[in-house]
Amino acid sequence: MSRLQALWGWFDSRMPSAAEQWKIHASEYYAPKNFNFWYYFGSLAGLVLIIQIVSGIFLTMNYKPDASLAFGSVEYIMRDVSFGWLLRYVHSTGASAFFIVVYLHMFRALLYGSHRAPRELVWIFGVLIYLTLMGEAFFGYLLPWGQMSYWGAQVIVNLFGTVPFIGPDLALWIRGDYVVSDVTLNRFFALHVIAFPLVLLGLIVAHILALHDVGSNNPDGVDIKKTKGAHGKPLDGIPFHPYYTVKDLVGAVVFLAIFCIVMFFVPEMGGYFLEENNFIPADPLKTPPHIAPVWYFTPYYSILRAVPPIGIDFLGIAPSQFPGVLAMGVGVLIFFFLPWLDRSPVKSIRYRGALYKSWLAAFVVVFVILGYLGVNPTTVWGQFKFNAFFLDTKDIATWVARLCTLVYFLFFFLMPWYTARDKVKPVPERVTYHH
Amino acid sequence: MKSLALAILLAPLAVLGAETGYRLDKSPHEPTDLVSLQTGAKLYVNYCLGCHAMQYMRYGGLEELGLTEQQIKDNLLFTGDKVGEPMKGPMDPKTAKQWFGVAPPDLSVVGRSRGADWLYTYLRTFYRDPKTVTGWNNAVFENVGMPHALWSLQGERAYDREKREWRELSKGALSQVEYDTAVRDLVNFIAYVGEPAAMDRRAIGIGVLFFLGILFILTYLLKKEYWKDVT
Repeated sequence: MSRLQALWGWFDSRMPSAAEQWKIHASEYYAPKNFNFWYYFGSLAGLVLIIQIVSGIFLTMNYKPDASLAFGSVEYIMRDVSFGWLLRYVHSTGASAFFIVVYLHMFRALLYGSHRAPRELVWIFGVLIYLTLMGEAFFGYLLPWGQMSYWGAQVIVNLFGTVPFIGPDLALWIRGDYVVSDVTLNRFFALHVIAFPLVLLGLIVAHILALHDVGSNNPDGVDIKKTKGAHGKPLDGIPFHPYYTVKDLVGAVVFLAIFCIVMFFVPEMGGYFLEENNFIPADPLKTPPHIAPVWYFTPYYSILRAVPPIGIDFLGIAPSQFPGVLAMGVGVLIFFFLPWLDRSPVKSIRYRGALYKSWLAAFVVVFVILGYLGVNPTTVWGQFKFNAFFLDTKDIATWVARLCTLVYFLFFFLMPWYTARDKVKPVPERVTYHH
Repeated sequence: MKSLALAILLAPLAVLGAETGYRLDKSPHEPTDLVSLQTGAKLYVNYCLGCHAMQYMRYGGLEELGLTEQQIKDNLLFTGDKVGEPMKGPMDPKTAKQWFGVAPPDLSVVGRSRGADWLYTYLRTFYRDPKTVTGWNNAVFENVGMPHALWSLQGERAYDREKREWRELSKGALSQVEYDTAVRDLVNFIAYVGEPAAMDRRAIGIGVLFFLGILFILTYLLKKEYWKDVT
């Protein structure tokens, strides 16, 4: 017996659960063998998480969460810290990459019904991760203390200010001041570097544990545990390690290549990943002419802007932006109910009918259009040339956003109806796999 | 407070307040042209640094432009006395505010916020305007607080906003082509200071991508080997 084996024996006899966990989650976790392209994004999200944590730790060593120093400390990182520019670009590119892989990961669920029974909890933890990630990104975006950081935070915090009765106090409580200030910067820093990452890690553990208890779905939506071999292992399953660890490694390298192309050659990504206005230090007295959130929030921002201020003077509630804020909130939270809204007898899009396919396609299209409109001013597509009594605004983009918002919500609200009514195809007993 | 909140919420609706819609020229600067960058640095120190600091840039950083420490000391070091110091201007911001209405902004990252095309056009479109305090106005940035700092090089010009027509009032030390070249160099330098790392990052990026290319081949072969027995 070699020394290494002896050492392992010593360790294993004192903590046998380490080997046990490795078996449960890797070497004897049987995953369906027919995973396709869409199944890379879970492990990639994990990779981006690690990238963000590591680059974040090093950024924290040089960043100053102080309103008078923050902007300068970021420039100090960009210039005077060895490879500080790399750390900063890794982190800024990573933030956008995180949302790209998470959106694709969520879309995978919509494609193959991964949110359906028995994986509702996996899905719920996933949506919680998405919400936490939004908070994490929002808090982090204030830290460079540029004009967009500052006014973006101002706008978002003011959204809470529209809540009836408690709104203004709520906004004040979040800011800790009457405007976004040094106090706000300090607390956002604390939330960004420790509070939310902790929550995120906890939720990710829950997400994976819940997944490994019920087992992974697959592009056919077939339950592989139904067909087991002589050893009691699923015939269509293969151990996650080494099969999917080596496969995901290839995916990780391809992902890193794309990541590096952006990071080294176009780190601003045409103003989408790093906005031009954010290279102007925050100025509480000068509102930029055009405030837009970063691209990953813009579909919801579009929904907010699409809903006109409604309200009557009743109980002191003046016409306010609150309905728009509510629509935005519902637009995100509705994802929680997806497993129960979907009534189709099949999971995978491969066996679904034209109805679901059309609705899903429409959903993707309106999500992208809303996202595009959200980064632009509402005048981006010009104005209607005619007048009509119902035109509260003549901006064409606002009306397109309203139409898209309608489709966005109909996708969810009509789902019980169109999924139940859809003509589905017969689902095979075993997964389809072509070598 | 409530109306302020609403105004802020709807602020994105109001667009392009300060923009005049003047068509921007494409900046012809070449980021790898060291001679152009050095000329730009000289122009900046002589004509701009008096008012516009570059507080995040150190003089020593200019060694990346192919200058030696001694050259920097002899030719560029007017406001500081050590090469390791940041490029801070001599002007007191409070006095500056009295003089110009606004304190001249720090230009360390203006290359990134405004962009090279804007700077290149802006610096070439000053004109005489008796209605302003300084006697100068700008076609790109209307009623700008800054007078034409390079006027002795470009000369004086008049501009008709309605007809968009330029007229020469007096000649400067440089011809129009020479002036455009000088501005190109200056913009090149300002863009460089906006992100000094841009010089390195492309070179490192190519190496990293080459490495990832090899890694891709290796991991792909590894995956193929393992997956041979999956049928």
